[in-house]
Formats: sequence, structure tokens, C-alpha cells
Amino acid sequence: MDKDVYSLCFMCSVRCPIKVKVKDGHVDWIEGNQHVAGIDGSLCPRGSAGKSLLYDDQRLQSPLIRVGERGSGNWRKASWDEAIDYVATQLKEIIDKNGGHSVALCERAQLSTHVSKTFLKALKSPNHFTHDALCKGSVNTACRSLFGYTDGQMGINYGNTKHIVLYGRNLFESLAVKEVNTLMDAMEKGAKLTYIDPRVNVTASKAHRYWMIRPGTDLALNYALMHVILKERLYDAEFVSKWVHGLNELQDFVETYTPEWAEAETGIPAEEIISFVREISQVKPAVIFHYGYRGANLTNEIYMRRSTLILNSLMGSVEAKGGIFFKKGPGEVGGKAARKLVSQDFPKIDVPRFDKVGTKDFPLPDPSHGVGQILPYAILNEDPYPLKALIAYRLDPLMSIADTNQTKRALEKLDLIVAIDINYSDIAWYSDVILPESTYLERTDSIQQMNGLKPQMFLRTKAVEPRYDTLDGAIILKKIGEKLGIGDYFPYETMEDLVDWQLEGTGFTREDFEKKGFVAYGPDQIFWDRDKLPFKTPSGKIEFKSSLLEDVGFESFPKYEPIPLPENGKFRLVVGRSAIHTHISTQNVPYLNELESENTLWINTAKADELGIKNNDVVEVASSVGKGQIKAFVTDLIHPEAVYMLHGYGHEATRAKRSFNKGLSDAVLQENLTDRVGGSPAFHATFVTVKPL
Amino acid sequence: MSKYYLFQDIKKCIGCHACEIQCKSNKNLPIGPKLCQIIQVGPKFINGLPKMSFIFMPCFHCENPWCVSACPTGAMQKRSKDGIVFVDKDLCVGCKTCVSACPWGAPQWNQDTGKVEKCDYCMDRIDQGLDPACVTTCTTGCLQFGNVEETTQIRRERHASAVASLEKSSF
Repeated sequence: MDKDVYSLCFMCSVRCPIKVKVKDGHVDWIEGNQHVAGIDGSLCPRGSAGKSLLYDDQRLQSPLIRVGERGSGNWRKASWDEAIDYVATQLKEIIDKNGGHSVALCERAQLSTHVSKTFLKALKSPNHFTHDALCKGSVNTACRSLFGYTDGQMGINYGNTKHIVLYGRNLFESLAVKEVNTLMDAMEKGAKLTYIDPRVNVTASKAHRYWMIRPGTDLALNYALMHVILKERLYDAEFVSKWVHGLNELQDFVETYTPEWAEAETGIPAEEIISFVREISQVKPAVIFHYGYRGANLTNEIYMRRSTLILNSLMGSVEAKGGIFFKKGPGEVGGKAARKLVSQDFPKIDVPRFDKVGTKDFPLPDPSHGVGQILPYAILNEDPYPLKALIAYRLDPLMSIADTNQTKRALEKLDLIVAIDINYSDIAWYSDVILPESTYLERTDSIQQMNGLKPQMFLRTKAVEPRYDTLDGAIILKKIGEKLGIGDYFPYETMEDLVDWQLEGTGFTREDFEKKGFVAYGPDQIFWDRDKLPFKTPSGKIEFKSSLLEDVGFESFPKYEPIPLPENGKFRLVVGRSAIHTHISTQNVPYLNELESENTLWINTAKADELGIKNNDVVEVASSVGKGQIKAFVTDLIHPEAVYMLHGYGHEATRAKRSFNKGLSDAVLQENLTDRVGGSPAFHATFVTVKPL
Repeated sequence: MSKYYLFQDIKKCIGCHACEIQCKSNKNLPIGPKLCQIIQVGPKFINGLPKMSFIFMPCFHCENPWCVSACPTGAMQKRSKDGIVFVDKDLCVGCKTCVSACPWGAPQWNQDTGKVEKCDYCMDRIDQGLDPACVTTCTTGCLQFGNVEETTQIRRERHASAVASLEKSSF
């Protein structure tokens, strides 16, 4: 029987709306949902490979229990009953002895994250953390410090912008379809793109202005931009005087950060900095200084992210068309959001999180995401208490947390590692039990509450039956929960039951999603009245001078620390993404692997010449914590102080045959460093040596 | 030439290769054959700005296709009603003569079947009133399929708005 199913992609975390054509129980065709503006039927390369993932026989096919040493790859097949029983028995023993808080769960935040959080809360463990913290914890904290909203509560109005500035936000490669197309439309209407990156990429090639900045000095550039804006009074005076708290302090602070000073630090000519500011301020407030998607480069990351948000505020581009905005929820139009399981009553938890977020040691990061890179330290030092079990739910600490060797040493100390995954990820390979999850095409999922200019809800709907012996993650956790005596927290038998439970009281039913894949609470885009902006900071204003920071002893405007030249023979390691792969999770998907099976190390031609490295030579890259081999890509398209590699390679799971041992993992080289104010890891703070073999 | 025109709006192309993948996915092709392909040229600095080109290479569906004349079995054919050049796999014996004959590298080799695969503009889809797979889901909509007049219009309108200067015009 043929049918069309509206659903949500999950080849990456963007979750674009899709339409799946099913023929005789098989997925015949996938396209973007044509009812969604900005998607209009489009699908990115990863989304186009959905069938390639679904019909890949190298993905996980049944529950597995380890029989050999950890990481040896000796598994036996198990039934679901046996695997769930095994996990529950071990967890029970651990919890009885060490308490519920000795269990941690990490995941790539997803639609059913409320289920995993419920699982841990019911076990009295505060130790849930998400990928978000590893990616942009400091962006989150920066947004809260200025506006009182998290980054997740903010959006960017690409379609109406007149000038957008991207700092390493490689928007046309590390891509989300709607963002790409709305920005493309704006550029077609004349919008300008300024791109800043030590490396040339597709986004740089589409830009009207490109600056190959010295790696690590974006903050210096931004302070100089502020200097010019304030000196020449190019800011939106009306907006700033009404809404900004701390303008005078900022003015004093940036006094010495002149364009000439910034030229020496960044390599960008002073006169270009000045002419850029004059140009962009002419089209304010329809300008965007992009605050970052991933924001995890340096140990003072929060101040870089604050600086971009301050620039938006000076331009008045906050809650403005073509600027940045706050997402509107259903409450704005008298609607009700879908329920989440976490709204239930849970037993009180009286221990701190493993990462100490929310305590005086680490006060500012968002506890709803945690700070994942602290995990290896917490395990190794048993600080604040011993952790004994980890459930890794489609988030791979081995490849996503810096310093894989250290993470391995930490994981060795755990009594139990359970992986819930669709692929033989490295953490699955290294775990004790693998519980295979159905792919996004084989399962219905929790409601996607899409807040934005127009509040909506989307639904992922099962298109085909699972091809292998796999289950939905929310069902897996419920089954384990039932064995642990917390089954009452999961009031559903099927995913459809769960969705129906979520929709109760919203006025919508599952059938309402069948026609277009989503429901809207109202017809219009909502912008707040700029005279009545509800900032959630203590002052009710945009806090350049931040009480969030200062109340716990951090400065709002710490003195700029110059970025020193790398020591002789060393390079700053920078990393990034391409259009073909999602982080660490798609390298083994046949069609994607065919296009990009290996990463390379970009190195500047002059530096490569000095070291005797030729294009395509295999080189050894080493940092203080790890080393590995990779092919060199010798090019003028990268700043001489940096080397660059794509994230996501160097997989160690042998059953993922296409990606096994291809390329090199950046996490092996990166030191595990943290922005102790904002919470992000500092992925660009490691220096490496490169030598020919 | 076929009566169709597949237009690639270079300005909007981001070289993401979604077209290649959707093509393979639609035709359930194994690793190897790419019936269309994006070839990246550059980047190169032009007037201080890095520029790159993404050249879209499907089959050009020639007016006088060398692959058709070269094919010894009649497998490679030109559809009379619209000029689409396609291969009838039942007749293909895998001799690769068409591969040798085509100056553009359009015929591709399918290792699994030992036969040739080639872009046929997804004629099964066209016959249903749909666009080719690559065009239908192109990330940015830079690929467009249709008649020549519609697609040239895009360039004319873009050029017109680029040269018109309402603010500075003295007229």
C-alpha cells in the first residue's frame, strides 16, 4: 500500500520537516515538507541519505551484550527481555549500593529528552547532560547574562536582514535548510554578508567581505567595532538609551581598543574595520552579528559571545525585523504547549550535579544541559562523588568530549556503560550493553514544540515498521524503568499513547498533523512592541553590565588578553563541519561515506614548505594529550597560525566498516579545557605539532 | 537536444551534493555510479575575495548523442517525443562503448549489475508531471527544470535589479 507520511528528519539535530513516500512498506522517496516556508520541498545532503541509513545493513540490528574485554568487539545477541533485564539488574545493584546519583545519562538533546530526564529524576539522579553544553554552553550563558533568555529562546530573522556578520558560522556548509534559504533570499534582495574565519570555505566564497582573521582574535575585532560605533555615535541611540544598562561602562572599557590596536592583534586593517562599521550601521536595525551556533572555541568564550550580542544591541537589532528576536510560545496567542513528562512530581534530589553546575564552584552554566566535558574529571577524581554507570544515548563521550585518552581512562572506572544508538558508534563499541534504537523513519516521537515568530507544533510519525529488532528510545527507557520500580512515571504503552498524552488540553489531536505535518497556534508572525520588551534580567534591561556575572564575582568587561603567537613549530588546531556529515554520527552511512570518507589536515602552504610537507602526504599531528596520522591538505586558504580538520573521523568500531580507522579524530588531540564562566569547552585552545612521516 | 533545460543557478549553489545523493537514492544505486555530479573548482582569490564554482554535471542529452551511435545493441536510445537520452538496461550488455564515446563522462558504470547507468532526467517522474529527483529536493532550489524561456528570465531579472540604481538615478 502506498502512503505519504509527514514527519521530521533526524539525520542531524535540526529536524527539518519532511514528507516520506512509502510504497509496499518501504521508503521510496523522501522530500522536504513543501508546506513549510524556507523548506519548500528541499532536503540537504544528509536528509537525502535517509534511505541509505535506513537500508544500511551495517547499523545495529539487535540488542547486544558484551562478552569480551571492553572495546574488544566481542558481542552476543540478546533478546530485548534479556538485555533490559541485564541492564536493570546491574543498575539496581549500583543504585542500592551508591545511590541513584551514581548514574549519569548523556544524550544529544532530542524530542524525547523529557523522557530521559524523567528516567533520571525518578532515580534521584541530577546527572543528565546534553550535547548542547559541549557545543554552545557559553552562548547560552551569554544570552542569559544580557537578556535573561537562553540562546534556545532566541532566533535570527535571516529573511529580512540587510547585513549579516558571521564569525566562523559556516552557514552554507554546516547547514540547516531553512536558514540557508531564508538568508539566500535576503541576499537576492541585496543583503550583504561579511564572513570572518581563519579558513576559506563555501560561506567565505559567497561573502561580500571576507576577513582571514588571526585565529582566536574575534573578540579583539569586536571590541574595536564597539570602539568605532561608540566614538562615531553610530548606534541606535533611541533603543540603546531606553534598553541598555551599562553603556558608559562599555564606553570606558573599549576606549583603548582602537582599530589600530585591533589591526595588530587580528591582522585586519584598521581602515577596513572603520569602513565596515560605517557601512553596516547605515542599515541598522536590520543587521545581524551572528552569536554562533557552535560557540566553544576558547576559555573566555562567553565574552566573545557577549560581544556579538552587545553589537546587536548597539545596532538596535534586538527584536527587530532582520535582526535577532525572542521566540514566542503558544501562550502569546492564548494556546497551550504540549505536556512533557518532566512536569510530574519527583522525589527531591539533595546532591549536586556531577559537574557542580548551579553550585558556587560553577554557578552560571545552564543546569538543564549541564557541562558534559567535566564528566571524565568527575569520574576519575570521584568528585563530588563516585559515578558508577553511564547511559550514552546517541551522544558519544569518546568523540565529543576533548581528550579521548583521558575519557577512556575515566570510562574504565565505571561499572556499567549502556549505549542507546542506531549505529556502531565508538561509545556503543566501548559499552557493556547496546540497546539499538529505531531510526527516525521507523518511529513516532514526542511532539516538537516549535517556538518562534509563529508558534507551532510538529510531529515525527513512523513511516515504516522497524527493519531490524530495534525499539524507540522512549520505550527502551520505560522498559528499564519498569524493572526498577519507576514505571508509573511513564504513562504510555506506545509512542502514539505518549503523543496523545502530550496533546491533552492543547486543543489539537494527532490527526491534525496528518494534513501538513504540523499545526500552528496562529496565522501571524509575532514581534513584541519595542517600547515594552520583557527582558528577564534583574534590571529589566539589556545588561552590558551584567548582574548575572557580577553577583558571583565575574567581571562584565574583563581586560582583553592578547592571543600570543603559537610557539615555534606549533599550530592552533581549529575544527569544523561540512555539508555531508553530522558531527560523528553519519560517517558510515553509505552515500555520505562515498562522498566524504576521510578528513584531512589543512595547513598553510608556506608553513608546509618549511616543514617539508607536500599535499596528500601523511603527517603525524601531536598535542600534549594525543597524536595520530592524517593526510595533509596544503593550501593558501588557511591562516598560517592554524591547522584545520573536519570533526567526526577516526572511528574505532570495526563493525562500522566504511568509517573504521578512516582519518583522525580531533578529540584525540584536543585538551579538555573549559570556559569556567560560560560552560563551553574550548575546542580551539590546543596547539599541535605537525611532522612529515 | 532534448526539449528540456536543466538550469543551475550558480549564484545560489552551495556545492552541498544533495543533488547527487537524491539522484542515487531515487534510483537505488550502489556505491560508484554518479548520474549527476557537482565538481568544485577553486576556491581562488578574485579581487581579494575567495570565489569557488560548483559545476553541475548531469547528462546533457545531446542532439546527436555519440553514446547512442556507438552503442552496438541499441540499449542507448534517444526518446523521440522529447529527446531524452536513456539506456534500456535489458538491452545493455556492459560493453562500455558508450562510456568511451561520451566526451562528458555521463554514462556511469554499475559494478553490481555490470551495466551502464545514465541520467535520464528521471523520465518516469517527468511523465508523472514531476521534476527530476535532483531538482525536486535541491537544498537551495538552485536547480530548475523546465523550458528554456523560464530559466533565462531568472538571469535577466537579476541583472536588471543589479544594474538599476533607483537611489542614485537622475531620471
